[in-house]
Amino acid sequence: MTTGPGSASAHILRRDRDAGWVGGVAAGIARRFGIDVSLVRLAFVVATAAGGFGLGAYLLGWILIPAGESGSARSRLPTGRAAVEVALGTGLLLLAALLAFRELGIWFSDAIVWPLVLIASGGALLWRQSLGGQEPGVDERPSSAPAEAAPHAALAGDTSPAALSGEASHAALAAESRRAAAAISRTGIGIALVIAAGFVFLQATGALGAARDVLLALIAAVVVLGVIFAPWVVRLVRSLTQERAQRIRSQERAEMAAHLHDSVLQTLAMVQRSAGDPGEVAAIARRQERELRAWLAGRPAPGQAARLAAALEAAAADVEERFGVPVEVVVVGDRELDGNHEAVVAAAREAMTNAAKFGAGSTVDVYAESGGGRTQVFVRDRGPGFDPAAVPGDRRGVRDSIVGRMQRHGGRARVASAPGGGTEVELVLEERP
Amino acid sequence: MNDRPRPGRGPRVLIVDDHQLFRSGVRSELEPLLEIAGEAGGVDEAVEAIETQRPDVVLLDVHMPDGGGVEVIRRTAARTDSPPCFLALSVSDAAEDVIAVIRAGARGYVTKNISGEELAEAVRRVHEGDAVFSPRLAGFVLDAFAGPAPQPQSELDALTAREREVLQHIARGYMYKEIALRLDISPRTVEAHVSSVLRKLQLSTRHELSRWAAERGLDL
Repeated sequence: MTTGPGSASAHILRRDRDAGWVGGVAAGIARRFGIDVSLVRLAFVVATAAGGFGLGAYLLGWILIPAGESGSARSRLPTGRAAVEVALGTGLLLLAALLAFRELGIWFSDAIVWPLVLIASGGALLWRQSLGGQEPGVDERPSSAPAEAAPHAALAGDTSPAALSGEASHAALAAESRRAAAAISRTGIGIALVIAAGFVFLQATGALGAARDVLLALIAAVVVLGVIFAPWVVRLVRSLTQERAQRIRSQERAEMAAHLHDSVLQTLAMVQRSAGDPGEVAAIARRQERELRAWLAGRPAPGQAARLAAALEAAAADVEERFGVPVEVVVVGDRELDGNHEAVVAAAREAMTNAAKFGAGSTVDVYAESGGGRTQVFVRDRGPGFDPAAVPGDRRGVRDSIVGRMQRHGGRARVASAPGGGTEVELVLEERP
Repeated sequence: MNDRPRPGRGPRVLIVDDHQLFRSGVRSELEPLLEIAGEAGGVDEAVEAIETQRPDVVLLDVHMPDGGGVEVIRRTAARTDSPPCFLALSVSDAAEDVIAVIRAGARGYVTKNISGEELAEAVRRVHEGDAVFSPRLAGFVLDAFAGPAPQPQSELDALTAREREVLQHIARGYMYKEIALRLDISPRTVEAHVSSVLRKLQLSTRHELSRWAAERGLDL
């Protein structure tokens, strides 16, 4: 626990007076090394218990380490496995140091130091859980799409069960129960440590027998008081839970209202304004429908598509908007987009564009199937069709951007059309092992 | 097919939807093409109307208060031995809704953006005992039956190659007649394949289907 090598300007050791309790020494060290501040505080307390060493070190740090600017951003605490590993490592280092001090004789007595160590660790855990424990939960939300979508889905479930997409809610439930389990285990370990501290102290001072009598009296008192006050406590807890549920509901309602306001109400206003133009109204309605469906299904909005199904939907929405022709997309299976599959989407977009341009306004059907190392996309219109052999050689659309593109990316394309029978473009991409 | 409609008179249709505006829209589109037996705006009303009007085909909204289309099918089945054909008509394209109403006993599923003529055609087809699959429903079914069943309990848990082919064509936007032409089989055979898929959809014990059903509180 000495001054760290302040290499980069962002990583110079500074006292963090905002996050600190006393002089910000522990918080500063924690920020510099990216560890939990509770662990650093614990180290100081324990080192103080062992011969007053920690107190000296802290005062020295207060004097020598310059204070950082206030208002600095808080460092991100390591979460999950990393946190457990850091805690274990620090704990073992402390234990080693304590044993060394004990050997050297810098030591008050077993009856004081060990209980103090235990109670400090347990207390740190409990404080961390009840005060700082909520922050990681808030942080996690935006990071994973399904977890973020789940509240929408669950909320919409109140009014329309359609929205409750099974997978999203399962994922959210799993994450929720993991978080709850972590909280319970942290609290449990903390309580166990504090109780152990009490036992060790009583054992060491020989007061265990007397403590037992006191404990019995205490238990009797607690039982008596419990019986008297239980109904009242239960009622209080229940009303608190109810209030909390109500608050969550009203928050979700506000969120949904905000979304509907931005999307549906806006669109309805646009529809009213362009009521004279049926084509425009239909286009606006289709766009809104697409957005709303994506939102209900918990899918990301078009434009940030990293998966095949979403990318095809986005391409279809785009073509639909540009040509005012409905494009229906059905996708079976899904996969990540790599370079080759991006080419498939681009070729499909070109095929949709052709179908919308030359399909005489008929609906364009897009069907994609992906699975087992094979991706197939069909784009079909019911237009007048054409004779593929009769297309002049200088018409490059189909040849380059569809057939050529697919071949360059290891796939193939087939255009089937006959005068009067509509046109269908088939794109196939097979993964080579 | 002994209850094939006599010429000049189509099947009688009951329109069930909780949106008045939508009911009157469908009615005005279908009236020139079919005989409308009536309308109902809720589950209770629908069950009542089915008993009194005795329609041939019920156009059924999936989403309604008090249980929706699934509840209408269930209660009707409990009351009568000869229930009408149900054709689900919904804006929802959530797989679990679609699959649930089919498993409850609907003979088909079409989305609300279908044209009036296509809808009338679908009603006739359902009345003749065939199944009607929209491209989207075909996609859901292919998805639900995708891959090998964990342990094929029975032949109901998998689609035959031909059935897959037919469903893929429906998903690609082909009409039954076009599919028959392309696969070089008769239109009746296409219909037989589709009906067989519908039966599998209703009776299969595949995990994906059972889960959907369980989530919707259906006994199967």
